[in-house]
Amino acid sequence: MNFPLPSLVAVSAANPWTYVLFAAIGFAFGYTLEMSGFGDSRKLAAQFYFTEMTVLKVMFTAIVVAMVLLFGAAGLGILDFSLVWVNPTYLASGILGGLIMGVGFIVGGFCPTTSLASASTGKIDGMFFMFGGFVGAFLFGETEQYFTNWYNNAGYYGRLTLDQVFGIPVGAVVVLVVLMALFMFWGGEQLERIFGKKDLSKEPKLRPMGAAVLVVAALAVFVIGSPSLESKYNKVKFTRTIDEKPVVFSADSMLEQRYVFITPAEAFKAKYTQSMNPVYLDVRSEADYNLYHIEDAVNVPLDRLEEIIPILLTEPPANTVFIVMSNDETAAVQAWKVLVASSIQNAYILEGGVNNWIVFFGKDDKTLQVQPNPNAGDDQIKYIFPVALGSKYESCSPNPQEYETLTFEAKIKLQLKRDKSGGGCG
Amino acid sequence: MTTQTKKSIFNRPEKPYVHPYFGGLVLGIILFLAFFLTGNGLGSSGATSRIDAALVDAVSPSHVDNNPYLLKMAGGDKNPFDDWIIPVFFGALLGGFSSGFFNGRLKFMTTKGPNISNRTRWLMSFLGGVIFLYGARMARGCTSGQALSGGATLAAGSWAVMLAIFAGAYAVAYFVRKLWN
Repeated sequence: MNFPLPSLVAVSAANPWTYVLFAAIGFAFGYTLEMSGFGDSRKLAAQFYFTEMTVLKVMFTAIVVAMVLLFGAAGLGILDFSLVWVNPTYLASGILGGLIMGVGFIVGGFCPTTSLASASTGKIDGMFFMFGGFVGAFLFGETEQYFTNWYNNAGYYGRLTLDQVFGIPVGAVVVLVVLMALFMFWGGEQLERIFGKKDLSKEPKLRPMGAAVLVVAALAVFVIGSPSLESKYNKVKFTRTIDEKPVVFSADSMLEQRYVFITPAEAFKAKYTQSMNPVYLDVRSEADYNLYHIEDAVNVPLDRLEEIIPILLTEPPANTVFIVMSNDETAAVQAWKVLVASSIQNAYILEGGVNNWIVFFGKDDKTLQVQPNPNAGDDQIKYIFPVALGSKYESCSPNPQEYETLTFEAKIKLQLKRDKSGGGCG
Repeated sequence: MTTQTKKSIFNRPEKPYVHPYFGGLVLGIILFLAFFLTGNGLGSSGATSRIDAALVDAVSPSHVDNNPYLLKMAGGDKNPFDDWIIPVFFGALLGGFSSGFFNGRLKFMTTKGPNISNRTRWLMSFLGGVIFLYGARMARGCTSGQALSGGATLAAGSWAVMLAIFAGAYAVAYFVRKLWN
């Protein structure tokens, strides 16, 4: 079984029971916050006067427990982390918004979810906070247009995790975060003793044991590490309808059956199909790309493909179709395997590569004056170009009117993932 | 504290809060299960915007179509309620209520510092809500969606947001100490 469950990744009217599941998650969330004391603004505000560190303790215990379980499950290969929503990084709006939230926190005594726990138990101040929240969110919606460029672009890094920032394995970050949290718990208790006059001897004796369990679990996550691309590739499954029955294929058999190879005609037509948004990934060397490439193709040499995976996972809209190409097919197949192993959906290979594209669209192209290169080996360009004109040839952007009727066997089966534009807390 | 002596609705005995580390452990397991089953974490401030968008859409649909921020949620035939965060929001309200009920903490009262009036507390509460949600929408998530959920997935931006929330609150805490102490 692979988690997260595909049928659960989005709430939709088509599956009304997903509402029930998310409501159950919300119920447990609200229940836990209330029983931890977060319905009382004094308990929350005390955090900022060092008299009671409940906010810090609850929040960081939750973060480290969830983190250890998440990366443990991902390391064991039962959870596909690339399908887990990771908040994209917008450094500028995140930091300014965070500072504003901090002010709202200490003035109002709540954060949004704790105000729900408070209002629902009859606390009048919680209700005022909640209504203030509706006004604040409304004001943001009305004013966002005045700084929309800054809001959407300043300090944008996409799907970026701390292990990438520091360049260390994710397991090492997990261990460091656990150690940091334990240090903060110790520090927090000392502050409670000094500022809150709290008698620490009455605290439960199980705490050191809990801390030890956390450290051991974090070390285990570090030892297990992350699953290799190869093991992820072997787990990928595709479904195709054969004789009106759904049949499940492995990635390798998809290649063998050539279900993921699309003709130049289909690759070209994708651009003019309303339902899809094709991205042409040209994985050849920059030199080949400069000689001749399809208009709008993005040059990402094969050895640098893994660097842009995080962007491909978050950036493009849900209906994006990735069409990878090399001169023939060898490098493109390698690139396709990397994409598929990284859980990128709707990846296809240009059949016969750029050479085949030139055969198909180049035959009527007067601007393309090239000689065949008899010495070209596998996955090398089969023509000699007198000049490097990139995509300036007519056949790089065939005329859609001229090629209005093209017959081909359609291989692209659009898989719609959840639309991430509104994901996370957004 | 006079409000403390008031009987809770349904007359259930008031129980103490759970230990913070235990509360955190339970919350962490819920957060993990949410990610594990659905790929999404926890959140609530997104629901506030979506409810706002639905209200605006009901009153003035043309205003939605002229506002790019609202357009993403309620433009055209989009239903602003068609998002996981909506059932989480209402579930959280019900969950908070249930915990309050079972633990005898359902009562109409105002939680505040000892030196301010109820009216001052309500005003500050309302203002804090306005400020917090404005910031939460700017940062694309609040303490739940960014600090908690993003923190657990090690999202770099979420850690920046989390530090900024604490920094903002600590920076201003001294100046509003009369509200709480």
